[in-house]
Parts: sequence; structure tokens; C-alpha cells
Amino acid sequence: MLELKNLTKYYGKRLILDNINLTVNDGEIVSIVGPSGGGKTTLLRCISGLESISSGEILIDASPFDPYRNTTNESVIGVVFQEFQLFPHLSVLDNITLAPKMVLKHGKAKAEEDAQKLLDRLSLGNKGHLYPYQLSGGQKQRVAIARALAMNPKILCYDEPTSALDPALRQEVEDLILSLKRDGMTQIVVTHDVPFAENIADKMLKVKPLED
Amino acid sequence: MTYILEILPSLLDGAKLTLEIFFWTIIGSIPLGLLVGLGLISKIKPIKYFLNFYVWLMRGTPLLLQLIFVFYGLPTLQQFHIHIVFGRYDAALFAFILNYGAYFAEIFRGGLQSIPKGQYESAKVLRLSYWQTIRTIVIPQVFKIVLPSIGNEIINLVKDSSLVYVIGLGDLLRAGNVATSRDVTLVPLLMVGAIYLLLTAIFTLILKKIEKHYSYYK
Repeated sequence: MLELKNLTKYYGKRLILDNINLTVNDGEIVSIVGPSGGGKTTLLRCISGLESISSGEILIDASPFDPYRNTTNESVIGVVFQEFQLFPHLSVLDNITLAPKMVLKHGKAKAEEDAQKLLDRLSLGNKGHLYPYQLSGGQKQRVAIARALAMNPKILCYDEPTSALDPALRQEVEDLILSLKRDGMTQIVVTHDVPFAENIADKMLKVKPLED
Repeated sequence: MTYILEILPSLLDGAKLTLEIFFWTIIGSIPLGLLVGLGLISKIKPIKYFLNFYVWLMRGTPLLLQLIFVFYGLPTLQQFHIHIVFGRYDAALFAFILNYGAYFAEIFRGGLQSIPKGQYESAKVLRLSYWQTIRTIVIPQVFKIVLPSIGNEIINLVKDSSLVYVIGLGDLLRAGNVATSRDVTLVPLLMVGAIYLLLTAIFTLILKKIEKHYSYYK
């Protein structure tokens, strides 16, 4: 369970997030919705440790947690970026196995076996040897998901998962996120697409731009 | 023809020195350039200022001056009890590595800055450390980007190495020049030119091969 208590974030003097409170239960899908400039991506970046928070608290399973400074391999928060940010010089398989090998110190054989399972699970079974530039947008996104899942994250976060994709693929992403939920994955989805959010989410958090 | 065969050994001796200086400079200056390049994009201001000064100094003065300064200039400090005396060969390597390191640093800085921030961020959320990220994500991509510019400098270096002539090292150019003034003929200089062309042709080919190797991804 992830809890945000009075989470506040300033960029310099500009207030971006004002006292956000949120509870994400295990296995739940929470969407964070709101217009551009509302701070939804900033909130995601705070949760995933890419930004420090100005004040407030983040708790995981009721104990305080600082994702920004956390360097342990427990409580990993996985992120699927808007532009996926796959490593272009590495094959799909290497993209997925890099962190398990270097960070979790898994052997090559185990890392590759686990990666292959993830690829099979995400219907990318035969794509392991390809490079990111050879994949479609939807395939890249699934590789990004596989790469994040390979680190056994406690929570998986998505930043605008539908925006870089063909509208026809929206349904596919929806199905995928819901099927990961059935596997027990806790997920946080940032999106400006309200109908999409309504379809997937157990809970919605609306973030609005703050007037100054 | 007999004349060519007669002077060829001395020219090849010279070419050997040229190549030695070339290789040691590459081996020293590319890692130096990479480190300085990383320093140039560092967030630690004093490091950045100092390295910018270094690059400015090395690129802003002639390599020939730097060679003369290291070999003939520094020993004059002895009157102030500062002993920095290099042999000819070491002086040449010292000046070349520092000079080329600065050019490579600027090339690497450009390459490093062209790696999107998102690459660092995705490495960070995967829990890779800074150095793991640099080593496995950033440097391999930077190498592909900077390869053409590095190649250009490498070709330049083959020819710049002839500047060691001024501190009395017997490189390829010097060997040719000695033969020309002794025998009053153009042939040695033509041969020197041909050897430089051959060397640059070989390095160009090798560089093309390396570029091709890196074309496996886009």
C-alpha cells in the first residue's frame, strides 16, 4: 500500500502540488487525471523518485519511504515513460535484462529466462533479438512495461500511456493494464484521457493547475 | 628505383616514430577527453570552470607553441628551482595528449549532451548507479554519435605528429627532409607524402569499418 500525505511540491517559488493525499491499495489501479500543466506528471515523478518532494510524506506499507533517495532494490517503483525511453543500442532482451543483471545481480541465464517469460506474457515472444527502432509504438510500450516488470516493482507507473500511440491501440493498452491487475500488480496511470481513466481505474485523483 | 630502396629504411624508421606518437596520443587523449567531457557537463562549478579554462588554453594556442613550451620552455624554470624537464619523446607525448585531449573533450561534451535526459531517468528508475548508467547506457551511444568527429581528429593527428620535427625528433617528415637536403632531390619528399597518404587511407578505412559496426541500430 502506498500513501501520500499532504504531499507538496514547489519548483523554485512556484507551487505545483498542494497537499495531495492519496492511498493506493495493493492490486488497485489509480488514475491521475487533469489538464496539461496540472502537475500530474510531476506527481508521478515524485512517487517514482525522479523529483524530491518539498513537504509531506510518502509511506509504503505504513512505513516512511523516500523514493528520491532510496537506493535499495526493495520497493522499486517501475515507470513506463511517455516516450518509452528504451535503450536504442540494446536489443529488446538486453533492454529487459540489463538492470536485473547489473542491479539485482542475477546471472545471465536466469535474467534471460525471466525476460523471455515476460516477453511471452506480453506477446513479444519472438522479438527479443530486435532493436527498439525495429518495433512499432505499441510493441515499444510493451517492452518498456516488460523492462519495468523485470525489476519486480511494488508499483508500476505509466505516464500518458495512450498519447504516443495510435488511437486504435487504446483498447489494447486498456486490456493490458487490466490483465496486469489480474496478476496482482498495483498500478498508477497518469492520463489526460478521462474516458480511458474511467475504464481502468478503481480510483481517480484529479489534479488541477493551481492559480497563483 | 635503387635510390628509393636506399632511403626507404630511414623513412620507415621515421614512420615508425610517427606511428608511435600517433598511437600513444590516441591511447592517452581519448580517455582523457572522455573524462574531461564528463567534467564539462558536471554540475560542480569549480570543476567545470577549470576544465573550460584547460580546453580554452589548449585550443586557443598553437600546438607548435605548446610543443616548444614543454620541451624548451619548461626547463628554463630551473633558475627558479622548478625542475620540469622532459626528454624529447616524452615532451612530444605530453603536449600531444593534453592538446588532443581538449579537442576530444569538446567532441565528447557535444555527444554527451545529445543523450536525452529520459535515458538517464529510465536508468535511474531501474536503479542503475550513475557510473553504471554512464558505462552501459551513455558511453555506447555517445561513441556512435561522436565517431565521425573523432575520425576527423584522428586523421589530423597523423599529420600533426610531424610537428615533433621542431623539437628534434626523427619522425617521417624529418627523415624525408634530411634525405632531400643531402641528396638534392624531390624524391624523398614525394615518398613522405605517399606514406602519409597511405597511413591516412588505412585509418580512414578502419574508421569506416568501426562506423559500420555501430550502424546496427538507429
